[in-house]
Amino acid sequence: MDFDFSDDQKFLKSEARKFLDARCPVSVVRGVLDDPAKSFDQGLWKAVAGQGWLGTAIPEEFGGLGLGGIEQCAIAEELGRALAPIPFASTVYFVAEALMLAGSQEQKARWLPKIAAGEVIGCFATVERPGTLTEAQAQARVDGGKLTGVKIPVTDGDVADLAVLLAKEAGQTALYLVELNGPGVARETLQTLDPTRSAAKLTFEGAAAERLGEAGEGLSLAEAVMNRAAVLLAFEQVGGADRALEMAKSYALERYAFGRQIGSYQAIKHKLADIYIKNELARSNAYYGAWALDDGAAELPVAAAAARVAASDAFWFAAKENVQTHGGMGFTWAVDCHLFYRRAQQLGLVAGGAKAWKERLVSQLERRNVA
Amino acid sequence: MDFNDTPEEAAYRKQVRAWLAENAPKAVARPDDPMEDSNDMQASRAWQRKKAEAGYACITWPKEWGGGGGASWQSVIFGQEEAKFPTPGNPFAIGLGMCVPTLMTAGNDADKQRFVRPAVLGEEIWCQLFSEPSGGSDAAAARTRAVRDGDDWVINGQKVWTSGAHYSDFGLLLARTDPDVPKHKGLTMFWIDMKAPGVEVRPIHQMSGASNFNEVYFTDLRIKDSQRVGAVGEGWRVALVTLMNERLSVGGGGSGSGHARVLKLARDIATLAGPAIKDSGLREKIADWFVQAEGLKYTTFRTMTALSRGQTPGPESSIGKVVSASLMQDMANTALELEDQYGIINDPKLAPLSAAFQASLMAAPGMRIAGGTDEILRNIIAERVLGLPQDIRLDKDVAFKDIPSGR
Repeated sequence: MDFDFSDDQKFLKSEARKFLDARCPVSVVRGVLDDPAKSFDQGLWKAVAGQGWLGTAIPEEFGGLGLGGIEQCAIAEELGRALAPIPFASTVYFVAEALMLAGSQEQKARWLPKIAAGEVIGCFATVERPGTLTEAQAQARVDGGKLTGVKIPVTDGDVADLAVLLAKEAGQTALYLVELNGPGVARETLQTLDPTRSAAKLTFEGAAAERLGEAGEGLSLAEAVMNRAAVLLAFEQVGGADRALEMAKSYALERYAFGRQIGSYQAIKHKLADIYIKNELARSNAYYGAWALDDGAAELPVAAAAARVAASDAFWFAAKENVQTHGGMGFTWAVDCHLFYRRAQQLGLVAGGAKAWKERLVSQLERRNVA
Repeated sequence: MDFNDTPEEAAYRKQVRAWLAENAPKAVARPDDPMEDSNDMQASRAWQRKKAEAGYACITWPKEWGGGGGASWQSVIFGQEEAKFPTPGNPFAIGLGMCVPTLMTAGNDADKQRFVRPAVLGEEIWCQLFSEPSGGSDAAAARTRAVRDGDDWVINGQKVWTSGAHYSDFGLLLARTDPDVPKHKGLTMFWIDMKAPGVEVRPIHQMSGASNFNEVYFTDLRIKDSQRVGAVGEGWRVALVTLMNERLSVGGGGSGSGHARVLKLARDIATLAGPAIKDSGLREKIADWFVQAEGLKYTTFRTMTALSRGQTPGPESSIGKVVSASLMQDMANTALELEDQYGIINDPKLAPLSAAFQASLMAAPGMRIAGGTDEILRNIIAERVLGLPQDIRLDKDVAFKDIPSGR
């Protein structure tokens, strides 16, 4: 039994924290929040690329570091903690993972080195309308290598160079690679709940599209990518939830009411204990997900769903109760609580909401029980 | 991150499995009640002796005391493997988990020589006499009086919620020796003979119908000063050793398969909208329960990893019971709702799954209270893990006799 980060992985994690403490203080996050023209922080993105983090799990032959999924999870936790305002998840957890999962040798060789070097930003374009990701979301059509249709919302779609996109060709759903800087692509930046993470509406009229993986496997591939992304996002969520708890704790220690620290009232103590409990349950589920991701285990769909459900619940709970613990101050723009509140929603929805993941989880359990 | 055993762990697990396959009882009537630990005392004693003789009882204790002289990770592995066999109830857990370790830390040499080995062998059973009618969560509010009389102490008072008092040979007793000083300073710890005259054990009839706990009354119980554990007035410090041992024991979830039982039930039950298993509200709940139970399971894996690496486990193990007790209650309530009008039947011969959900509904309130209430456990997490201030107390620096006590 070895159910924790190794010493090397812990070192990587603590170095990542030091780096992000220096390069991604809250002022960097607010710099994106307060500037409508800014979709992400370019300086931080370059610095992160310089650290080699974009290629953590990309094999060395494709320009990456060739480390495992666990190392990637360690970095994800720190990025989540820092609320890093960069297109990391879209590029690494979705697009690079999709390429590694379904790409041909040629596709991998063309894109992965550029992703690892920070030269290409990716986005994952599946959804077209409100509701869960189903076949009905794939109204976009590919005909003779030309794509027509609309994807909305696409996280980081306004700044991405490459999309992995769900569409139909001759009645069969598949994933496609679409270069977004070519002709036939129109982008419109959307107003988002968490402006530190941008999103766009992408409209395609005859844009060049190249299939990624087999025809007819679009939805199952998209789900396989989402399983991998869910584990990595769970670590971001756990990182964010831990920091929200730390914020709430330090405020509860410094704020006095009725002549005593508010953290000495059981109403606050028990609330923070409940946050801690949810965070630990989420962390333990995320660890299991990390193992399944790294090991390529058959349990990944169950582990990813459990990690996602627990982490979404934990970050949401920590973020909303952090506002509550701060009282009126927590409702101001000036205090950082809303940054976590926004990010908790963004991360909780970006790879599909908890309701859909719970359904996936129970379907898997039913199958397991029948088998 | 690896679920697999290290070669050393794998070798130990193999050895344990082989021994269990050879020696574990083939079939035992196991109690359905999670609080019941003594359904077959003879079988329990026989199994404990067998384990002790093979070095599998108290694995981490020194061999000279009858233990296994092993490491914590070995103890965890043995526990995991033992749980796969139908072993009898464990009436020794309180003695070996809390009372005897306290003697080993705070007791004198004669007591250690006298008591440790027979306890390991399952020959003598211990109970813990801390809680009183006037103080459950507030154990330091004990009022049971011990009055010095020459070389003796005379004990009068009452304890409550004592698990296993009716079959215990000895008890670890927290008593008030000085009511004129603040409450934590006027306590002293003793061991007593539960069969001595002056000790009366009465079972408590619980709301579940079962009687897992007792009241214990002391009427002029006379004991020797040599039965004192630690110095006079140091009782609370000794009690903390006991309680610390309670919390160090690795707590499992206990309701890990509950969601599977609900799934089974939901397949067989019809609702207005078709089979219950198709109900999305229920499916969401099952997912939530599964995630909590898995979270607890992997949290114990993290604890085990720390032990395996020779580190002290982190505070995450403190979340176990506060999660699992409410989980059990919530699942039971939902399951009965599924059974609908039929759910009122509490006859194992008639109710689905042998009335398992009816039983856990009635046991769950006790689980949320025993061994630290939900509220006390949240205080512990807030204070010891998160470092939040202790509650403001009205009983500090006040002589015990002057503390308001209500009823």
